Amino acid sequence: MSENQIVNKEDLVVRFAGDSGDGMQLSGTLFSDASALTGNDIATFPDYPAEIRAPHNTIAGVSGYQVHVGNHIYSSGDKCDILVAMNPAAFKSQLKWAKKGATVIVDIDTFTEEAMEKAGYTENPFTDELERAYTIIKAPITSFTERIGESQGVDKKTADKSRNMFALGIIFYSTHKTLDQTFAYLERKFAKKPAVITLNKAVLTEGYEYADKLEVMHSHIFEIAKADKMEHGRYRNITGNVATAWGLLAASEKSGRRLFLGSYPITPATDVMVELAKHKSLGARVFQAEDEIAGVCSAIGASYAGALACTSTSGPGLSLKSEALGLAVMTELPLVVVDVQRGGPSTGLPTKTEQSDLGQALYGRNGEAPLVVVAASSSANCFYWAFNAAKIALEHMTPVILLTDGYLGNGSQLFKIPSMKDMPEIKPRLAKENDPNYRPFRRDEEKFAREWALPGMAGLSHRVGGLEKCPDGPLSTDPENHALMTKNRQEKVNRVANYIPDQEVTGAKDADLLVVGWGGTAGALTLAVEEMNNEGKKVAYTHFNYICPLPKNTGDILRKYKKIVVCELNNGQFAGYLRTQFPECPMTQYNKVMGLPFEVGELKEHFNKLLNA
Amino acid sequence: MEKHFVPKADREYTKADFQSDQMVKWCPGCGDHAILAALLATFPKTGYKKENVCMVSGIGCSSRIPYYVDTYGFHSIHGRACAIATGVKLANPELSVWVNMGDGDSMAIGGNHLIHAVRRNQDLNITIFNNEIYGLTKGQYSPTTKFGQVTKTSPYGTIDYPFNPGELVMGAQGTFFARTLDCVPQLSTECMTRAAKHDGCSVVEVLQNCVIFNDKTHAAITDRAVRDDRTIVLEHGKPMLFGKNKEKGLRFNGRQLEVVTLGENGITLDDIMVHDETTEDTGIHMMLAHMGGDLPVALGVIRNVKKVSYTQLYEEQMDEQMANGKYKCMDDLLNSGDTWEV
Repeated sequence: MSENQIVNKEDLVVRFAGDSGDGMQLSGTLFSDASALTGNDIATFPDYPAEIRAPHNTIAGVSGYQVHVGNHIYSSGDKCDILVAMNPAAFKSQLKWAKKGATVIVDIDTFTEEAMEKAGYTENPFTDELERAYTIIKAPITSFTERIGESQGVDKKTADKSRNMFALGIIFYSTHKTLDQTFAYLERKFAKKPAVITLNKAVLTEGYEYADKLEVMHSHIFEIAKADKMEHGRYRNITGNVATAWGLLAASEKSGRRLFLGSYPITPATDVMVELAKHKSLGARVFQAEDEIAGVCSAIGASYAGALACTSTSGPGLSLKSEALGLAVMTELPLVVVDVQRGGPSTGLPTKTEQSDLGQALYGRNGEAPLVVVAASSSANCFYWAFNAAKIALEHMTPVILLTDGYLGNGSQLFKIPSMKDMPEIKPRLAKENDPNYRPFRRDEEKFAREWALPGMAGLSHRVGGLEKCPDGPLSTDPENHALMTKNRQEKVNRVANYIPDQEVTGAKDADLLVVGWGGTAGALTLAVEEMNNEGKKVAYTHFNYICPLPKNTGDILRKYKKIVVCELNNGQFAGYLRTQFPECPMTQYNKVMGLPFEVGELKEHFNKLLNA
Repeated sequence: MEKHFVPKADREYTKADFQSDQMVKWCPGCGDHAILAALLATFPKTGYKKENVCMVSGIGCSSRIPYYVDTYGFHSIHGRACAIATGVKLANPELSVWVNMGDGDSMAIGGNHLIHAVRRNQDLNITIFNNEIYGLTKGQYSPTTKFGQVTKTSPYGTIDYPFNPGELVMGAQGTFFARTLDCVPQLSTECMTRAAKHDGCSVVEVLQNCVIFNDKTHAAITDRAVRDDRTIVLEHGKPMLFGKNKEKGLRFNGRQLEVVTLGENGITLDDIMVHDETTEDTGIHMMLAHMGGDLPVALGVIRNVKKVSYTQLYEEQMDEQMANGKYKCMDDLLNSGDTWEV
């Protein structure tokens, strides 16, 4: 190939789609890792079904993995430049995610009559119209892969597991990358299975060479811009769930408190527990409980005994934990609850993303039960928000709910590796042994937080529990005391606002429109606002991570703008929350409840409409 | 190698050391008073450091007990005491963790947590106050209420078949189960002391009388006039004898347990079963726990089996990984795997 055939691109979106068992998540990960290692910024988004292996070749079983690589990447991208479709069902269901003119690579061997019928095709899917709209590459992936398998003495069924490598080889060719990183991965991963390494390397290489021989590919080679604005430092790729787990581990090390996680498996939060379970050497005490309730209750018990106690869950699991959260509020124990939100209500869309647990996080308990709510806004910053949630919990003696979501949790991003010495100090509010003045609910003047006396400490024995207590510790049903304790618990949460930074606004200084977002939508919102400002539109943007309490300047910001639009992946829960606090500020909403993240295009379209209204 | 995690006290305690300054608010005549007294007598016998004792309870009359004991205590929420206690012990294995629950707390709303705590064999000392009724909500039937009993929520008699806590423990592969009566505090203290010394999950069922809402529910076996004939106190290694003059005994006839009388039909001491609390197989312990009706209700330590506790297994894994694990600190982990310099 010659250099003039190469198309330079600021960014490129590749979507891998196939049957649930086709290894699409792995292909996507290998491509994003290789891209990151060769200097691209990246963001990924796995889009997979709830079924582990839905019937073969059906649309229900299609699993997707989108990778966005380029110079300056905020999100996993709207639509893709290259689509890999490993069967007719993937082709049929995923073509809508391809840009017009996109390169579409299909495994033509899978387009049998039976498979096409299963996907719902009654006639040839490759119409002239489609062939004109896309560059469709009909690669005989299965037959190539099986032939290689045969030459190595591998049966068809085993060889088929490597089909994804053929597709990946094509992608590496068309993105002008080498196979080195993936070879290294295969050698590491299958060190004990040399036959698997040989087969996969051969298939990967064959895919690459197949692409080289295709005339049409020569005009479809993309050179993707390397990240040029990235801060100097050491980087790695990380998913939100792993980043969350690591943030909690970091907080444990910094605070000197043992990390305890009591959890029950639930999609899409399970990986937080899976990750922490690996790290006993760092002192992580993970307990897989018999149910969600036992998960949070064991964490509350661990907190009483002095651990940095956490529980991880998703929507329905948070519902089950509600009563126990009230107990944590009442006993004023530090606790971190990670809620990796998914589509609801009830079982809803377990593998899809949404921001619809906000109301539940803020209000979902009996009684006046205030707690702190924070939200992460990128896969990588889950690390810092988990750390921060733990810091607030330990220093303010309160449960903290950290909201992430399926998009952040399963998606991945580049992560600039911090040094632990640069992480903020965490100072748990431990009582002093044999302090004659210790009272369970004595508070400090500044934070209004109580002290933490741990079983095993001499001279501090006391009782906590769900019943109302008086400040000295014993039970009390006195009406005045209940009013006082209720006020104190609220005041303690309110005062967290004294320890958080001011809310920031980006975009045009004299903007006509303020875009408000929170949590996991930051990528698409940032890009939409940035592009509009580059186009000369005056749009400002503020993104919330501290949800309860809000930063103290929130009202000052909201009152500055004539037009405000609150964007969230629910029916307006944050907008409603803001309205109760700032009724003087008129706010419109932009909502999406489809189990999918925002697309930059739809956001810009809506913001433009608002500007022109 | 068995490990003991709870530190021993460097002085001897008395019952008074564990008495709290809170007013005990149970009804006069309630069986809970006697259970509290038995528990307070137990702590000094365990020899554990006082500040390392932690009481965890759920909701119900029995669950008020942490307030009446001068140790660390957690009066939690309905049914969840086992789950909370599990976290306490996991966070700090050096604590002697006690769980107190009623029959509704432990076997209705908290049934799931109970069986899983028992199954894991975590080192918890569980006491179930079984009065066969919901007392604090004023007299509704519980999972242990006798079949057919009229209560406020079963005005025509219950049609619920009751649980037997001992059978639940055996079914969950429990390693320690004892049963005692509130009105025999010495036996209660003995059972509780042995439970505390058992490495693993122990369950002590106390047949307790609710004087207001289910008075005399256990009277058919606890009344002085009938107690010797209606109950049998099992002792490890000793023949299973009962009756005022220990004239009756239990024999296994090949299919089931039966009551025989020494000297009648040629029955001698050799025919009487000898109690072995340590047999791993739950079969005979299940039969003993199940007794009632024509057979005497079994009291004392019915099962006490050695099996490595969850606590020990957990700490062994922690120690092994802390000593030999790949990552010694967060900086190691953060910089592990594929990383690159920009």
